[in-house]
Amino acid sequence: MSIALAVKQLTKTYSNGKKALEGVDLTVPEGSFFALLGPNGAGKSTLINILADTVKPSAGEVSFLGHDLFTERKWCKQRLGVVPQEIAFDPFFNPRDILKIMSGMFGVKPDMKWIDELLERLELAEHAQKNARMLSGGMRRRLLVAQALVHKPKVVILDEPTAGVDVELRKRLWGFMRELNANGTTILLTTHYLEEAEELCDHVAIINQGKLLTSQSMKGLLDNVGSSSLVLEYAEPKIISDDIKNKLADFCPRTQENKVILSLKKCDGHTNFNDAYQAALACWGEAISVNIQDEDLEDVFLRITHENQS
Amino acid sequence: MNWYGCWTLYSRETRRFLNVKMQTVVAPALTAVMYLIVFRYAMGERSVPNLDVPYFNFLIPGLVMMSMMQNAFANTSSSIMVGKLMNMQIFLMMAPLTAFEVTLAFLAAAVTRAFIVAVVLLLVLVPFTDMHIEHLWMILFYGVCGSIIMGGMGMIGGMWSKTFDDMALLNNFIIMPLTFLSGVFYSVKQLPETWQAANHFNPFFYLIDGFRHGFLNVGDTDPSQAVAIVSIATLTTIFSCWQLWRTGWKLKD
Repeated sequence: MSIALAVKQLTKTYSNGKKALEGVDLTVPEGSFFALLGPNGAGKSTLINILADTVKPSAGEVSFLGHDLFTERKWCKQRLGVVPQEIAFDPFFNPRDILKIMSGMFGVKPDMKWIDELLERLELAEHAQKNARMLSGGMRRRLLVAQALVHKPKVVILDEPTAGVDVELRKRLWGFMRELNANGTTILLTTHYLEEAEELCDHVAIINQGKLLTSQSMKGLLDNVGSSSLVLEYAEPKIISDDIKNKLADFCPRTQENKVILSLKKCDGHTNFNDAYQAALACWGEAISVNIQDEDLEDVFLRITHENQS
Repeated sequence: MNWYGCWTLYSRETRRFLNVKMQTVVAPALTAVMYLIVFRYAMGERSVPNLDVPYFNFLIPGLVMMSMMQNAFANTSSSIMVGKLMNMQIFLMMAPLTAFEVTLAFLAAAVTRAFIVAVVLLLVLVPFTDMHIEHLWMILFYGVCGSIIMGGMGMIGGMWSKTFDDMALLNNFIIMPLTFLSGVFYSVKQLPETWQAANHFNPFFYLIDGFRHGFLNVGDTDPSQAVAIVSIATLTTIFSCWQLWRTGWKLKD
């Protein structure tokens, strides 16, 4: 298996002293659809911005398709497309011109057939002649996706590309990304829609507070750590005090609307359901309903990030 | 060398100001005409003391050079400033363009804008005089170097500024005084001796004087000294822009 991206001991401390990355190791296989997950401020964007060359790393190495990212920047940049998290657009031109310029800056003569296809697939064709200032937020975000793809990169990084894009459009965008991936493009994605990541991605890494918590195949993560959880519904929302949090630390208690969710663990073939249920009764009393749910990526994600929160 | 990328960036920077030519080309021409009308009536047929040229002829090359310099500065500084505020400079950073290619494209576009403005101004102003070209090489040399120096200062200013206020500060308190006090409107020989000496530390003075020398065949500076100073200033500017962009000064954390 060849490697698209091998990050070794990547560290970043910003000039204001904030430690965004603390020695992250990450391997992204070539051809994978890779989810990079983590709560806000975990360091995802810093990692991506270092790869995109908009932030300088403090220490560490990155190998990109077998080439050193920092010494062979030009070679790497020609094969990398990045969709930045923050909306950015050139207010002087229309989408078609922006794509032509972007392609040219990558040293590629604009391939009008590909540009038209991008405009079509990202549903910008009818706005292709409007100044970028006239586009809506969702359109600008799609334009960013088109800009990242215009030079046909081997690796595409998408930093929350679907924020502010409606459901239907999001589905079509993912369809397009799947096609690219099927044709051999490696895709690294960060998103807050975990169900999307679960559906799309074959690999997943979770980072929090600048550290890598886990990195494995999506199936492996869901099989190995994906056990089940106890869901108790109450008449009104419950607050989890620090005291309760400590007492129930084994179950990583968390709330969702009127529900309290406790993670269950397997032990000698049995879950610790009874312990969890008794503990919940002691803390909050009788519940309206009690359910056992298999964990999905969201639960796993929450549990892993909670467990590692210092 | 990514020539095609460099060319694309150059044409982007050129099209950017051509898209708004009323602001970038027509407006400076109008301003220059205003200056000329005002001074024409204020000064009448008087000559510049010590140089023995009509004041009117003396004024035109200075005005042209001043506009070239201001426009070269505006082109790079506004592009980088807008890029920063719109978060658009990330596209430049992500593209496989070296700092040298970026510097080359930005400065070439600044020179292009300066020369378009110069040609328009000369076409508007020259019919009012009997002035003609004495030394074409001087006009081109000082024109190109002046635009590079100012385009480079615009790049650096754009990188340094966090807001449009910073940029206005730079423009009003450094660029404007240096241009106005560089001898556009008077010959330094008319100044008291201390001020004459002080003027020799103003780089813009050599640019304006040399450029004017190309039209009038008279000047306040020693040409060989001026060529040396301007060449060094030009190379220093290019080098500074290149190095600052390479290290991502004020652009990359």
